[in-house]
Amino acid sequence: MSQPIYAIVAEFEDPDDLLEAAERVYAEGYRKVEAYSPFPVHGLAEAIGCDDSKVRWTCFLAGVTGAVVGMGMEVFCLAIDYPLNIGGRPLISWPQFIPVAYELTILCASFGAALGMLGFNGLPRPHHPIFNAKNFERASQDRFFIGVEAVDPKFDLEATDAFLRSLGAAEVSVVEE
Amino acid sequence: MSAREKLNDDLILGKHTYRSINDKVNNVVLNQNSHSIPWAVCFAVGFMLLQLMGLAILWLLYRGIGIWGVNNPVMWGWDIINFVWWIGIGHAGTLISAILLLLKQSWRNSINRFAEAMTLFAVSCAGLFPLLHTGRPYLAYWMFPYPNILAMTPNFRSPLLWDVFAISTYATVSAVFWFLGLIPDLASLRDRSKNPIFRFLFGMLAMGWRGAASHWQRYESAYIMLAGLSTPLVLSVHSIVSFDFAVSNLPGWHVTLFPPYFVAGAVYAGFAMVLTLAIPVRAWYNMKDFITMRHIDWMAKVMLATGLIVFYGYLCEAFFSWYSGNIYERSMLYYRAFGPYALAYWMLILCNGVIPQFLWFPKIRTNLVALFIICQFVSLGMWLERFVIISVSLHRDFLPSSWGFYTPTIWDVAMFLGTIGQFTFLMFGFLRVLPMINNFEMKELLYRMTGRGHHHGHNAAHHAEPALAGHTAADGEEH
Repeated sequence: MSQPIYAIVAEFEDPDDLLEAAERVYAEGYRKVEAYSPFPVHGLAEAIGCDDSKVRWTCFLAGVTGAVVGMGMEVFCLAIDYPLNIGGRPLISWPQFIPVAYELTILCASFGAALGMLGFNGLPRPHHPIFNAKNFERASQDRFFIGVEAVDPKFDLEATDAFLRSLGAAEVSVVEE
Repeated sequence: MSAREKLNDDLILGKHTYRSINDKVNNVVLNQNSHSIPWAVCFAVGFMLLQLMGLAILWLLYRGIGIWGVNNPVMWGWDIINFVWWIGIGHAGTLISAILLLLKQSWRNSINRFAEAMTLFAVSCAGLFPLLHTGRPYLAYWMFPYPNILAMTPNFRSPLLWDVFAISTYATVSAVFWFLGLIPDLASLRDRSKNPIFRFLFGMLAMGWRGAASHWQRYESAYIMLAGLSTPLVLSVHSIVSFDFAVSNLPGWHVTLFPPYFVAGAVYAGFAMVLTLAIPVRAWYNMKDFITMRHIDWMAKVMLATGLIVFYGYLCEAFFSWYSGNIYERSMLYYRAFGPYALAYWMLILCNGVIPQFLWFPKIRTNLVALFIICQFVSLGMWLERFVIISVSLHRDFLPSSWGFYTPTIWDVAMFLGTIGQFTFLMFGFLRVLPMINNFEMKELLYRMTGRGHHHGHNAAHHAEPALAGHTAADGEEH
């Protein structure tokens, strides 16, 4: 092999087979594992030991930022920077400040969720070694893949290959970097 | 008839596999010959009307808003009516994509993509009107708080400013939500396409999506968060639009009922527009397997339910005008029903109160021609509702000496037809370049109908062939 190896990838035709394979790969002790599917398969991420709440926290914190900045901006504009008496109302008439602060909360939280998802997933990233896998263009269509990465401490070219074949994969192939 | 209907194979008809769903959805985009003559006709008509709008805007910028029919006392005419009408139409898209997602309604999957597109395009039409109504759209940035040497800050206590923030947030969040939903489908198009230009463009837009399980997990949590945020957002947007009226002191506008009744009206008009588009498009592109009669039936039911809420709103408005004992409120009601614009009011009652009652009959809900015609009445009715609320309330206010009569000019009409053109143009352009049905969610739906998820929690007596939506009536699965 001239190129370093990235992973060994097994291909399945059915999502349930992939789910079962993922559970068995994880039970076998592999930890640097990633599964690929054309649509979200429930329980798949959990089966390979992946449960990430960072996106939710990013969204929440961005929302809080939006609320504080929104309300702060309104108070600064109408009560500090240029105090304006409108209809004899108090300068900080906060109930009337709620709609704008509320919209900004939602705006920031949405950006937090969307950018958080992309950021923690390391996207955009147009090139990735997994795209070298045989038949991988079908991972976004109708095929299901699981890859054990070469950086996994338990990774062994022959043993891992044989193990993946024993799971009933339609195809097992070695992916180069 | 049970309240909770079962998730069964009526949501996808025929023998479909992941492959067949995938190809069916992607081929509309990848095979550019799949577009028929009706597509070309709609696109061309939309494009022509869009040119009319360009003309109307140019003339408006040159002459000022005096070319419209608005004048004292009716300062808000077709422009604001059309603004509220379009923004309302957009709301059904968010309802389908966000609220039905939170309620775990699987029937949203085949209609959410183009309903969301409809939202975006309707909001883009809506946004034009208040922008042009300012008369100097090039100074629109004055509405935002930015440090400036004029020492100006916007008045955050004004509902009109709330509107600026609500509409711009709504447009932005809808676009983000729509794009996020598109990413996996763009990846699918990237991998399926043979054309190098398509591969490059879809590849750029898909941002390297590779469908990894850990990515899907973060993706789904972001998606559900966005749905959770869009739900209060969509309710707040039309509530804030209704505050433009409800916070004022004018009889006919000063109604506490407005926020919920505006939101219901928005959903009502929006579903009419979704059906108006879905009924022909599913036939032209042969999507009857995915947008089934069950979908059509349920959309018609939502329309009936929200239509009843709207009609209840009209009755409440009339009752409270009378019950208030206030002379101005009572005369407003009298002039609505028997004044110079009485025809508009009774047409409104006919379109929104009487005609939707036909939807009680299952035969009419599944008769596409009848349903299409009813949808047109609903759209007309919702337009008339805004006319009655906005302009008719203004034409006779407290002082008889200031009463007036409002008629639109051809430029009002040109602007309205122009936005219809813009909407049609964008909608049919979208059908051609992006997948109109959410590809990955349809495949996921098939998995939930046939795969392991299907057997959770109940007796797996009906064992469907994996990846085949046969004629297995699944038990009521509400994941």
